Amino acid sequence: MGLEIESNHLLSNIAVNGKHGENSAYFDGWKAYERDPFHPKNNPQGVIQMGLAENQLCFDLIEEWIRNHPEASICTPEGLRHFRDVAIFQDYHGLPKFRKGVANFMSKARGGKVKFDEDRILMSGGATGANELVMFCLADPGDAFLIPAPYYPAFPRDLCWRTRAQIIPVHCDSSNNFKITRAALEAAYVKAQEDKVNVKGLLITNPSNPLGTTLDRETLKSVVQFINENNIHLVCDEIYAATVFNSSSFVSISEIIQDMEFCNKDLIHIVYSLSKDMGLPGFRVGIVYSNSDKVVNNGRKMSSFGLVSSQTQHMLAEMLSDDDFVEKYLAESSRRLAQRHSVFTKGLEKVGIACLPSNAGLFCWMNLRSMLKEQTLEGEMMLWRMIVDDVKLNVSPGSSFNCLEPGWFRVCFANMDEETVDVAVKRIQDFVGKETKKPVKGKNDQGLNLRVSFSSRRFDETVLSSPQMISPHSSAHSPLVKAT
Amino acid sequence: MGLLSRKVTCNSHGQDSSYFLGWQEYEKNPYDEFLNPKGIIQMGLAENQLSFDLLESWLAKNPGVSAFEKDGKSIFRELALFQDYHGLPVFKKALVDFMAEIRGNKVAFDPSGIVLFAGSTSANEALMFCLADQGDAFLLPTPYYPGFDRDLKWRTGAEIVPIQCTSSNNFQITESALQRAYEDAQKRNLTVKGVLVTNPSNPLGTSMSRNELNLLVDFISDKADMHLISDEIYSGTVFDSPAFVSVAEILKDRNLTKDSESDVGNRVHVVYSLSKDLGLPGFRVGAIYSENDTVVAAATKMSSFGLVSSQTQYLLSAMLGDKKFTRNYISENQQRLKRRQKMLVSGLQKAGISCLKSNAGLFCWVDMRHLLQSSTFEAEMELWKKMVYDVRLNISPGSSCHCTEPGWFRLCFANMSEDTLDLAMKRLKAFVAESTGSRSRRSIHSSGKRKSLTKWVFRLSSRDREQEDR
Repeated sequence: MGLEIESNHLLSNIAVNGKHGENSAYFDGWKAYERDPFHPKNNPQGVIQMGLAENQLCFDLIEEWIRNHPEASICTPEGLRHFRDVAIFQDYHGLPKFRKGVANFMSKARGGKVKFDEDRILMSGGATGANELVMFCLADPGDAFLIPAPYYPAFPRDLCWRTRAQIIPVHCDSSNNFKITRAALEAAYVKAQEDKVNVKGLLITNPSNPLGTTLDRETLKSVVQFINENNIHLVCDEIYAATVFNSSSFVSISEIIQDMEFCNKDLIHIVYSLSKDMGLPGFRVGIVYSNSDKVVNNGRKMSSFGLVSSQTQHMLAEMLSDDDFVEKYLAESSRRLAQRHSVFTKGLEKVGIACLPSNAGLFCWMNLRSMLKEQTLEGEMMLWRMIVDDVKLNVSPGSSFNCLEPGWFRVCFANMDEETVDVAVKRIQDFVGKETKKPVKGKNDQGLNLRVSFSSRRFDETVLSSPQMISPHSSAHSPLVKAT
Repeated sequence: MGLLSRKVTCNSHGQDSSYFLGWQEYEKNPYDEFLNPKGIIQMGLAENQLSFDLLESWLAKNPGVSAFEKDGKSIFRELALFQDYHGLPVFKKALVDFMAEIRGNKVAFDPSGIVLFAGSTSANEALMFCLADQGDAFLLPTPYYPGFDRDLKWRTGAEIVPIQCTSSNNFQITESALQRAYEDAQKRNLTVKGVLVTNPSNPLGTSMSRNELNLLVDFISDKADMHLISDEIYSGTVFDSPAFVSVAEILKDRNLTKDSESDVGNRVHVVYSLSKDLGLPGFRVGAIYSENDTVVAAATKMSSFGLVSSQTQYLLSAMLGDKKFTRNYISENQQRLKRRQKMLVSGLQKAGISCLKSNAGLFCWVDMRHLLQSSTFEAEMELWKKMVYDVRLNISPGSSCHCTEPGWFRLCFANMSEDTLDLAMKRLKAFVAESTGSRSRRSIHSSGKRKSLTKWVFRLSSRDREQEDR
């Protein structure tokens, strides 16, 4: 007993409290994939990874640009003359050309409808670092942020773990397509005050992860009015901004506040990254953009904890300043994502599976409610285990996004090639077909024979509670990780 | 209710200290050989600019790396997607081999004990988050790196309690100073979670003796839950005897590592970075090394907030994986640092200024106590202002490093050309001559005749100065 107490004090509370959240089910499906990863030739029966929101559709465009611009690298003969200046550059303001390039890219991703001030751009260690940085600037330990649920599973880690802030979920459901309503925000805010919790702001992800939808103009206006009236902050995570299938349908927060004179712009902050729009999560390009001078000045000092490698800044400075490339890239990326989304959703529709109508993102929010034996979390977990173990697809259960309505699953489609998408769709079609042919005790409300029988399945509780040391972004099967 | 967090509204980032103010003045009026020869020479920046040519020539000979190629195949896609917080295995292997090489291969490091971070700034902060709760304290010997106030305290809420070191014994850590610091902390009702030392030291430029290291290990040994963090970011800059002794070597010699029955090895952690040894601060490559699996696990998750760019990991894995290159680099770099340090020391001597005898680092710890009007920190600030505005040298005052004795300054020597260093020394010499002159002038009772003598002496010395600046 004594030794246990000692080891509890050896490290800090933060180190041992498990609030990094990596024990959740979101990461559990990875284990199955790690053990038995799909490969078209070597392992065609393996588990297909559909839990990873990566954008792998446009590498060819980026690779082509890099090949044609050797001077953008500080290691090539053409770029070597920049080496020492870049290698020594650790100024937390960031390379001016890099900031300019990012501002340019962000503007173009919003159809040129807004302009960003490059002096308000801060760097951070990916959006992970950016979200944490913003919280450190806005919230003291114990303060809370409202976040519409379902939300990205790593938000508890990013926003609360080391900052000691807390999340108050504002639950949304399918009754109105998971829209955020003013009433829901008000209710959550009032309850927080009753509970004597200090709410410092609201964080929205637009386009949404996991929904894949963009917020409409009215909702955004209403959100801005809400935070403005209550004098709390609005943090907009726009990490999926350029994954919108049709860019004209995306309304960014910057566009909204342009036309709202009464809004206190010091309350509006944007988190961004190149991990999704450009498919470069490995390069760790996180951005914080704030309209508040105080947040910019202090946030900039905090960015020392996660600056972007100057080698990466230099390369991207060149790439993102190339208007031709940026415009071509954004258009083509949207087109390919739209096409992939269409192939996937149409494939599901053939067997009566619907997804939430979406216009963005690297995933679909798939509705399998009619397949649940019971409309409960347990029901969802049982179905999920079946999808992972029998259908061999690692999808993410809605509960891991803190969705209270059981039966929804996030399914990623942009992290694989076309052939794999076809295999995945076929597996779903076969699974649904097989399940509909099984004799069931009774039909569900919608009259579809999709009730899955679980008589032979045992719910394995230990799976959910086993702590994993698998990185949420583990790439055990990346050729970079194989022993050399 | 404050709109912003307390971290932002109070000034606990520590960046208003003189250490950073000197930078601001430099930014306004930076020296340039041609464009601004009277500008401020930056001697407050501990950068290593002496060995870029070695890195550049390696790159010129290894073009495949830049083309994102491995064995002739493009790995761009894999690198672009690689965000595993365990880090690129081939990079961690190359890094631990490099660290071992720097330590004369007297110790070996296991890649699985390495956690990568975006710079040691990020690594140090994360280690604090892992080991200290809000309000817990770490003991640090003074003088120490000014950035520690930000890195260790700002967002973590931890405290630093100084271990006062003095010139009486060349600023070495003594058992009594350590004990006194510990007691100070307890008087303040602070839980001490450990000791953090920088070895080789910034700002002293000296590597720790075996005695000091043993003292530190003994100190934490008999106290439950006490850690020892050794920031060895300057380990590759040791250019003179005594040879560098890492805390890892002490643990090995005393049989206190993981393999032994002692738990001390579980409570000792090393921090490293490539910013000083390789002169690559822009690339943001830092690391924690620990044999404590729980620390490694927690730190690994925290590294998500500041991972190293995969393209940088890849580049450096190739470079550091070239053992012929690293062996040559380490040795050549140290020789250049030694020559440059000698230049600074002799330049100071010519100005009648001595410094702490040093064998490492990118700077010297310079004794300017005799130039102070009084032995106070106010006088140190006065002298510092003269240095920045009149002599036009941005040097770091000891007070910004929390030194308890006024009059010490850190002067960097590896971030400029030889000519610039030469000029800096000339300016300093002229300043000292003039100050000495004016001091002797003050002791003369004023009279008309003597006033004209005074003016003549002043004019002469200032003319000399102008000639040298050209």
